[in-house]
Amino acid sequence: MITVRYFGSLKETIGRSNEALSVVESLTVLAVWHCLNGDLPLAENMLTAVNMDYVARSSVVNDGDEVAFFPPVTGG
Amino acid sequence: MTIKICDAAFEPFAEIQTFQNALALNGKFGATSIFIGTMRDFNDGDNVQAMTLEHYDGMTQKQLAKIVAAANSKWQILDCLIVHRVGDILPNEPIVLVAVWSAHRGEAFEACRYLMEELKKNAPFWKLEKLATNEKRWVSKI
Repeated sequence: MITVRYFGSLKETIGRSNEALSVVESLTVLAVWHCLNGDLPLAENMLTAVNMDYVARSSVVNDGDEVAFFPPVTGG
Repeated sequence: MTIKICDAAFEPFAEIQTFQNALALNGKFGATSIFIGTMRDFNDGDNVQAMTLEHYDGMTQKQLAKIVAAANSKWQILDCLIVHRVGDILPNEPIVLVAVWSAHRGEAFEACRYLMEELKKNAPFWKLEKLATNEKRWVSKI
């Protein structure tokens, strides 16, 4: 099971903050996005993290990982 | 090195004083550099009445710890304190505090600037503004 989380304006856009994905094979971060969001494109400026570290969209996600999608950060 | 995420208003000068009092560094530090970020009542040409700061709990702390570790490898820091607010916030309330203690001013100035700039770039916080018109708007410029 992969945990998927969404934050900021992206969470509002897609209307969900978290969900789970059962997988039988390793997927890339981008493939996880499309499994859950169909053809909806992941905007160029969106950031991606696996297990709370920034990763590229081509990174491989494994069972038990937590994947996050979110817009550019605006803290401070 | 201390990282705190606060869901209620904090008083930055009291945080600094309390932290410094607890340091076992009397006579060792010659410089303390401090940055405090405070919420404005205007942004991007609009009046702002309130703001909600969302964050990715866990990743925030992890990324800030990495930034602190990187600063430690670049400069001779004796200690540092980062406090960041989350939740509902009003104008004039502090958002962020970065304080660095070192033997000399160069390290303190540079490390404090570095920590703040890296926090802005990498720590997963998002600001949702409530304008004076009651319209809500996600901040997109860092």
